[in-house]
Amino acid sequence: MELISPGLGLVFWMIISFSIVVFVLGKFAWKPILKSIKDREQSIENALQAAEKAKEEMKALIFNNEKLKKEAIEERDALLSEARKIKDAIIEEAKVKAKEEYNRIIENAKESIAYEKIAAMTELKNQVAMLSINIAEKVLEKELSEGSKQQDFLNKLLDDVKFN
Amino acid sequence: MLVKYKLFLVFVVCVLMINIKSFGSEPAETSHKEATAGNHSEALQEEKFNAGTMIIDHILDAHEWHLMTIGNTHISIPLPVILISDGELHVFMSSRFHHGHSTYKGFKLEKEGKNKGKIVKTKAGTDETDENAPLPIDLSITKNTVALFFSVALLLIIFLSVARSYKRNQNKAPKGLQSLIEPIIIFVRDDIARSAIGEKKYEKYTPYLLTLFFFIFINNLIGLIPIFPGGANLTGNIAVTMTLALFTFFITQFLGKKTYWGHIFNTPGVPIFMKLPIPIMPVIEMISMITKPFVLMVRLFANITAGHIIALGFISLIIILGKINMGLGYGITVISIPLSIFMTFVELLVAFIQAFVFTLLTALYFSAAVEEAHH
Repeated sequence: MELISPGLGLVFWMIISFSIVVFVLGKFAWKPILKSIKDREQSIENALQAAEKAKEEMKALIFNNEKLKKEAIEERDALLSEARKIKDAIIEEAKVKAKEEYNRIIENAKESIAYEKIAAMTELKNQVAMLSINIAEKVLEKELSEGSKQQDFLNKLLDDVKFN
Repeated sequence: MLVKYKLFLVFVVCVLMINIKSFGSEPAETSHKEATAGNHSEALQEEKFNAGTMIIDHILDAHEWHLMTIGNTHISIPLPVILISDGELHVFMSSRFHHGHSTYKGFKLEKEGKNKGKIVKTKAGTDETDENAPLPIDLSITKNTVALFFSVALLLIIFLSVARSYKRNQNKAPKGLQSLIEPIIIFVRDDIARSAIGEKKYEKYTPYLLTLFFFIFINNLIGLIPIFPGGANLTGNIAVTMTLALFTFFITQFLGKKTYWGHIFNTPGVPIFMKLPIPIMPVIEMISMITKPFVLMVRLFANITAGHIIALGFISLIIILGKINMGLGYGITVISIPLSIFMTFVELLVAFIQAFVFTLLTALYFSAAVEEAHH
């Protein structure tokens, strides 16, 4: 058996054995192995993608939350400022109303004072008139007995009596 | 990317081949001198050690598996001999030849001359070789055939069990043997099949490439183990590498598409006078078609055989010097053993690289065969 001349027997056995190995391994080893490796790679790939997606979603969620919070704050501020305005307006209105009421009460008071004054005056006048009549009666009773003196007295009384 | 890879690879292979050549030639040459010098004294001195013969006997195929020799007793496993001669089938154990000392059924194991180691016919009734008779067709289960069967069994056991663990561990991390094999499978799939053949078609050829890779790789490794059932020079046998190369060759031709044959018979981008009237380019392309598998065959054969020669050379050195002087023999082990350990490590690398190169080139030939026109 020489070094560089291929022995027929070995070639024969080699063709048979190698064909069997190629066939058997191809069918029963490489097929399931390669499929299984591919499946695993696929599942790892999918898992990575899912994680990436979840991360993206998380980011979006956080961003949305930020936005919502910001909006809420803005809304609260708006509400507060509106409330403040309303409060100011109410106070203002109340003030105005109070002033009006006050003015009205003063007016009423003035009116009733004036009315009372007129009533008092009228009564006074009546009293004065009654008094004058009484005086006049008495004067008349006295003076009329004396003739000229009656006239003088009457004049004098009349001079003294002044309204107000 | 691929081109860079290839260039680097070619460089590595070249360097390794040069190294191995310069390493390997030395012991071989000295042993040849030894052989010629030894022939005369052989009659006088029976136990003369002949390194050249020993090395060549170890790397060649044989009809028995020689385990060791203690004193004058050869311990070897006899292997079945299967012969077809004149249309007749003869099956018997090689022990009938008594290591080539006797004749059986008109056949004998030739010990000298151009048919050394082969089974030849003898002249009827005598022990002499019949020079005129044709050699019988020898389909014997030889040493390398046994090694081949052993490695086939090993391959089947390893990969069928790995396939089983893949089925069991669906979508889980690999375990045990599976995790040892998986990186190599992925390496072959991604760095050989996918990068050479391309994303679209690689899946169809990956199983064959994986089988080819692991067949060569495991046989290279088994060849490095010096004790039975390792140590046979299977991937360093020209018959084995030739068969592997022929598989690559025939599959390539069988796969060949329009573009592939177009490149051979009507090479694009070449002036017409190169093709007609004398078909220079087609002839060159045909030659290259045949040299490709030839180179595959020679490369694997030469690399692995060289590795075996070096390993045996270092060991022979101890024995040769030991015969001259016992002290010298022990002394040389200090150099010889570290060197052979170093070479074994290099051989481990070579085992992988040769399997890789053979598979990668096969993948590239397949890729050229199935390539579609893109001009």
